[in-house]
Amino acid sequence: MAEHAHAPAAVVHEHEEHDHKPHGWKRWVYATNHKDIGTMYLVFSGLMFLIGGSFAMVIRAELFKPGMQLVDPQLFNSMTTMHALFMIFGAVMPAWTGLANWLIPMQIGAPDMALPRLNNMSFWILPFAFTLLFCTLFVPGGAPAGGWTMYAPLFVQTGDAFPMTIFAIHMMGASSILGAINVIVTIMNMRAKGMGLLRMPLFVWTWLITAFLLIAAMPVLAGAVTMLLTDHYFGTTFFAATGGGDPIMFQHIFWFFGHPEVYILILPAFGVVSEIIPTFSRKPLFGYETMVYATASIGFLSFIVWAHHMFVTGIPLAGQLFFMLSTMLIAVPTGVKVFNWTATMYKGSLSFEPPMLFALGFLFMFTIGGFSGLMLALVPADYEYHGTYFVVAHFHYVLVPGAVFAIMGAVYYWLPKWCGNMYDMRLAKWHFWLSAIFVNVLFFPQHFLGLAGMPRRIPDYPVQFTDWNMVSSLGGFAFGLSQFLFPYIIWKCIRSGERATGRVWESAHGLEWELPSPAPYHSWGEPPSEALIARGAAH
Amino acid sequence: MAQAHAPDSSKYYLPHSSPWPIFASVSVFTIMVGAVVYLNDWTGLWSLIPGFALLFLMFICWFHTVIGENEHGSYNLQVDRSFRMGMMWFIVSEVMFFGAFFGALFYARILSVPWLGGRGVRFFTHYLLWPSFEGTWPTNGPAHIGGNAGNFSIVPAFGLPAINTLVLLSSGVTVTIAHHALRTGRRGMLLVFLAATFLLGFTFVGLQAHEYGEAYRELGLRLSTGIYGSTFFMLTGFHGFHVTIGATMLFIIWLRSLRGHFTPQRHFAFEAVSWYWHFVDVVWLGLFIFVYWL
Repeated sequence: MAEHAHAPAAVVHEHEEHDHKPHGWKRWVYATNHKDIGTMYLVFSGLMFLIGGSFAMVIRAELFKPGMQLVDPQLFNSMTTMHALFMIFGAVMPAWTGLANWLIPMQIGAPDMALPRLNNMSFWILPFAFTLLFCTLFVPGGAPAGGWTMYAPLFVQTGDAFPMTIFAIHMMGASSILGAINVIVTIMNMRAKGMGLLRMPLFVWTWLITAFLLIAAMPVLAGAVTMLLTDHYFGTTFFAATGGGDPIMFQHIFWFFGHPEVYILILPAFGVVSEIIPTFSRKPLFGYETMVYATASIGFLSFIVWAHHMFVTGIPLAGQLFFMLSTMLIAVPTGVKVFNWTATMYKGSLSFEPPMLFALGFLFMFTIGGFSGLMLALVPADYEYHGTYFVVAHFHYVLVPGAVFAIMGAVYYWLPKWCGNMYDMRLAKWHFWLSAIFVNVLFFPQHFLGLAGMPRRIPDYPVQFTDWNMVSSLGGFAFGLSQFLFPYIIWKCIRSGERATGRVWESAHGLEWELPSPAPYHSWGEPPSEALIARGAAH
Repeated sequence: MAQAHAPDSSKYYLPHSSPWPIFASVSVFTIMVGAVVYLNDWTGLWSLIPGFALLFLMFICWFHTVIGENEHGSYNLQVDRSFRMGMMWFIVSEVMFFGAFFGALFYARILSVPWLGGRGVRFFTHYLLWPSFEGTWPTNGPAHIGGNAGNFSIVPAFGLPAINTLVLLSSGVTVTIAHHALRTGRRGMLLVFLAATFLLGFTFVGLQAHEYGEAYRELGLRLSTGIYGSTFFMLTGFHGFHVTIGATMLFIIWLRSLRGHFTPQRHFAFEAVSWYWHFVDVVWLGLFIFVYWL
């Protein structure tokens, strides 16, 4: 590509900063270094995971047995709403952006992100946005309780928390858009000479496509919540039939964002798994190019399937048919991916270090979530499942043992590269097995509950649902407790541990493994040689 | 290795850390908190002032730093390309933002209003709730929402809006002439045509404000006039806001040109602003056709 003609040969630091780190609070508050910002993103994500997780514990505690015991219905609904908002926008998305910050410059042979100051702003909007959202718990009328999907007209009736939620979402959206712009520009403009597009590691590819989805989807969410705001305060009637609008229109606009959003949460996970499985199978990834094309197809398809969330709203039959078939089409590229991962392991020399365990957990359990998604895509079947715990089970399977397991796998895979120490493998395996067992105890029974007709977002239920709810709650508490291992293992690893080699894993391929561990403050001050790049690209 | 004073494309450029990004986050947060307390009736509209003051200050300081670094010759071609790509994708995100509101307009005109009028699959809503409603456009809905006893008339396309179209399209021509002048080193022509561009831009905003006044006072057309008023004012309002920002940026670019900034080869800021200007131009064409005309 043309830009390679100008590929720079060394880093210039203005004000002669060289490679020494800035000290004290300014290092973090004024940060422009991709590793510092990546660390802040990951720490922030961990904190949000804790808060969002504690909301989930309230939900599972209330549902432990029938009847009302802990919280009133309003607070219960607030918990489901806040749990979703914190987990989606606070835990998973920032975790991916944090990983992108840490990894993309290292993987493409760049010294840093392309727009470091913008990077700082993308991160620092988030703590303010979540402060605003968290404070809704303490205002008159309580936290938003209309569900994270914010459907009109219900959500428009939220109390004083209403504008706080809307503006928090505006800020999160701005953060994501700026972050996505930075990722695209970094990948398109900062690759080292010789790092062609089809040589990029799959984590970079999946993030590139995710960034396109973010830029196309997040502004639509901003538009949707702006219309909610003006419907509430300024007399517009976008979502009120009295004025010629339509509440269903909100669902269309929301899900036009919402469906790409779920791929925003999962595409980088595909990238991570595509990096981990070849390393621990000691084989190159099967079908690298088909992985790239499959990811791009999923990205495209994600924009034409949104109304499958709305089959029971009475959309026209032609709409139901179109969205059912387009949704099922997604199974094709996703199937290509699952096939490729499996084929990568075929006749491989497998070993089961913690990253591989999480990747395998992802492979099995994400596929379960994918299959229940196919069931939901069927219009007549969806009439039965819609709004039940089956849906809850479905999206938690793709998000928890899907996205969250991939994030944890990624941390266990690259942590030695980041801090220079190996972590406690035995404890990390405990973390995996406890998580993998209890995540199934937690979510698998919810399939049964949903098929038996238990509705979601309800604090009470008839007695026949008691047994599986108890099982699910116990699984939830155990899963929640097991997660405290994660920060402990990371903390222990940062403080001490066996020194990691540069390569870390014997058959790891990619430019980040050519750097020493821990990686230097600015990854590639001198661009990597083309020979090094060719060695890194194992496919 | 630090030769920070030459735009050396053989070296990566990494900017030093800066207080302005966090300052920007704080300003945005302050604006949001100000808006929350105002909308919840805890205070008056003044609560928005501190946030916008901080934001204004932030823009001055951050741009001051960046323009200073640029004039100092710190940025190499790679940085220039990063800025260009960043601006391009930012504009794409803006297009998608307008897309949401255009989507609302099309949905209302093609689906929800005809359904309420008894056409298509939603016959019973019409029959049971509003049997006398005829789903024609423009409409303020079956309940005749809005002031003026539910009566309103619309702004005719071939009056002020047509003149505004002419104003904005001419400004697209003048900014292109200014760009050619900059590239061929004719600074006088650059200044004249850039000034013409932002003056046309502010003229547009002025005419639009006049049109709003007329709509509110004489036509009975308000933000609360059902779905027509909602889509009309939200689309033209957000567009007018973007034109105001664009014209302000053009004015700043003009001031910079007066001070001798930009070279025939390197003028990212000029190009970014002119892209932005073409973007608001194209959005206006969509508005003129779908909101005013058809």
